[in-house]
This record gives sequence, C-alpha cells and structure tokens, in this order.
Amino acid sequence: MCLGVPGEIVEISGDDQISRTARVSFDGVTRVVSLAGIPEAVVGDYVIVHAGFALNRLDRDEAARVMELIDALRACPGETRP
Amino acid sequence: MKLLEEYRDPATVRLLADAVARIATKPWRLMEVCGGQTHSILENGIDSLLPDAITLVHGPGCPVCVTPARSIDTASGLACRHEAVVCTFGDMLRVPGASTDLMTARSAGGDVRIVYSPMDALGMARSDPSREYVFFAVGFETTVPVTATAVLRARASGTGNFTVLNAHVRVPPALEWILAMPDCAVDGVLAAGHVCAVTGYEEYEPMAARHSTPIVVTGFEPVDILQGILMGISMLEAGEARVENQYARVVCREGNPAAMAMAREVFEHADADWRGLGVIPGGGWAFREGFRSFDAASRFGAVPDCPDPGDGVCMAAKVLTGVLEPTCCPAFGRDCTPGSPLGAPMVSSEGACAAYFIYRGGGR
Repeated sequence: MCLGVPGEIVEISGDDQISRTARVSFDGVTRVVSLAGIPEAVVGDYVIVHAGFALNRLDRDEAARVMELIDALRACPGETRP
Repeated sequence: MKLLEEYRDPATVRLLADAVARIATKPWRLMEVCGGQTHSILENGIDSLLPDAITLVHGPGCPVCVTPARSIDTASGLACRHEAVVCTFGDMLRVPGASTDLMTARSAGGDVRIVYSPMDALGMARSDPSREYVFFAVGFETTVPVTATAVLRARASGTGNFTVLNAHVRVPPALEWILAMPDCAVDGVLAAGHVCAVTGYEEYEPMAARHSTPIVVTGFEPVDILQGILMGISMLEAGEARVENQYARVVCREGNPAAMAMAREVFEHADADWRGLGVIPGGGWAFREGFRSFDAASRFGAVPDCPDPGDGVCMAAKVLTGVLEPTCCPAFGRDCTPGSPLGAPMVSSEGACAAYFIYRGGGR
C-alpha cells in the first residue's frame, strides 16, 4: 500500500491547492493524480505517486549522488562507508 | 532520467552485498519496517545475498495486517445492510474480520467496490448522490494525506453522501512500541521510505538515541535496500546509533509539510488498536471536531465498543513484530495459504507470510 511509483508531470490543471491535478507519465502511460500535496510542482518534475496522489518530488541531484557513491565504491571496494 | 533500472542493476546489488560481507564482523538483526520492502527483499532474494550473520526481520508495515478485525466487520456490515456502498483498496477484501470479511459481504449482495484512490470513491459519490458512499480508509502516513484531500474536496464541493470509515495508523509510535519490547531482537531499523517522504524523519532521531538503534530511511528497489543495509551495518559496527537517509532522492528531514498540513487539518493523533499488537498510544488518527460529519462511524453509529477478539491460531502479532519468521508458524503453508488465509499477513501484497509463500515456495 505504501508503494510509490515515479513518473513525470506532463500537464497541470486546477487552480486551488486541493483540486489541483497533474497528468503524470509513467514510462508513457499517463494517469491524472492529485497535486494537493506539492503546490510548488511544475511540468517536467518527477514525482512519487501513491494512491492517485503525488507524495513528493524526486530530487535529481540526490539521485545522482547515490550513483556517484556507488561508482566510488566500485572504483575503490575497500572504502565501504557509503 | 533513469528512474528504476539503475536501482535494479544486478552488478550494483552484488557490489553492495560484497561490501556488507566485508564489514560485518558480528551477527546483526535489521528490521525493515515496510511490507513493500519485505516483498522486494524476498522477490529479489536480497536476504540470500547477505552473509549468514546478517538477519533481516520483518516489521509491522502492512496496513491491511494491522487494521482491526472489528473495523472489517463494521465495513462489511454497512455493505450487507445496504446502508452504503463501501469502497476500499483491493487488499482489504479477503482479510478476515472477527466474524466476516468484505468478500463475503459482496457475495451476500453488498455493494463493495475496489478503488485505487479515495478520490475515486469521492467521484462515485458525487455522480450518484442518492446513495451513501463510505471509503474504508486504511494505511499509514503515506495514505493519510490522500484521504484528507478527499475529505477536503468533499467539503469544498458540498458532497454530503461521502464519509470515511477511518482506520489510519501512524508508524513511529508502533516502531517505538516494538523497540521497547522486552524481547525485542532488533539491532537496527530500515525505516519506510514513502512514509518518511510525508513525515520526514525528525521523530526518529530521539528514538534512535533512546534505544541505541541506528535507523536508516530506506527506499524500495534492490539497490536502495542493500545500500540501506550497508549504512545500517556500518553504524552498528562503529557503535553509532543515528538516523541516516539512504532515500534522499525522495525523502528530506522535514518530509512534505504541505501534505502533513492537510493530514493535520482533518485528523489528529489518537490512540489506536493495532491488530495483534493492541492499543498503541498515539498510534492512529481520529477526525478533528470540525470534520466529524465525514466520519462514517459517527454517521452510521458504527462503533463497536468491544476489543478485537484475537486471531486464534494465527501468529500474526509475532510475525508483525519480527519475533517469528513466517515459515516457523505451524499453520504456514498448511492450514494457512493465500487461497485460504487465517490471518492478514497471508493475504496482503505487503504481508510477510504472503511474501514467503509466493517467493519461497509455500508449504515447504
């Protein structure tokens, strides 16, 4: 139930926070989800969607940082502090 | 942007598992809190990649499993008596209540509908104003803001035939309850990433210090989980007990304040009955005074004033607290299977018993 799926916002509609929705693309399959929880979201943002509701934005810099840490581990396997 | 593939890369998974094996010098037990993580671990065989000394125990993060049996009876009764159309998540239908379940209610002619979101239930209510619609709301802080949004939308649109049978619960008090158990055998915790996406993880910081237990906010993909394990074992080996955040691409320390604000506008913290665990102080959410008109329990007078009757031979409580591995239950795979479950953990797509049955070959 707490599964969340990442998708990209392709369109936003609605004016007030409670009724604002986004069309979100999950690898090309789109679904309308509530944006009530992320008033600041804009088209092009990646969001984690749970039960038709965008929980939070996906931070690309942090996503890249995880992969950099893993690359560092790959380059120097003795360094285990992630 | 690659969203999932690189978090499922077998070479990366192996790299991280090898790193865990290199640093682990003692036996450690880590609890993953969320049932979604449990399923990812079993589905991907993550536990089998770890050194024997590292044990993963499974936590209480299966909302369907901890929903009180009497709430299921209440929802079934509303449908059976044709008082309302009952809408809920698909997992809830086959979970046994104390005396019945929603699938039985549906077979008996009750109108029970599976929805993907409470917003869908609200949409049905708005397009059919002559009937009452009840959303049977289960779930943790991940789902509470979604229900709150549906209630706020119902109020804004003047939808009077939509109410919520509320069984929402809160994760941190339950985790505190488990870590404080006298027979608690958990050295470190992988906290549930999507719950923390909403709540943040400030609340875990005093808990980690109080119980000398490192807590790692962790995602759901194999690379996430192994990195979470590596971070947890690193802290344990160093004698540290902090909160670290593996899932920083989704979670920040303060969580999602806008989503929490909506949850807190509609609901307030309350003591709550967790199935199998008992009443956990502050372990749930209750409607605030101003939103009681959306409370199905008030509208239909559907509040049974008796405790749950207990679950017979089902050992769900021990499974949900990490004390018992599902396959050690005498009923596992014999009297209790996903086709004929004795308890919720065998039903739910987040239940630990179902995960073992599906991915480890049931009954063996």
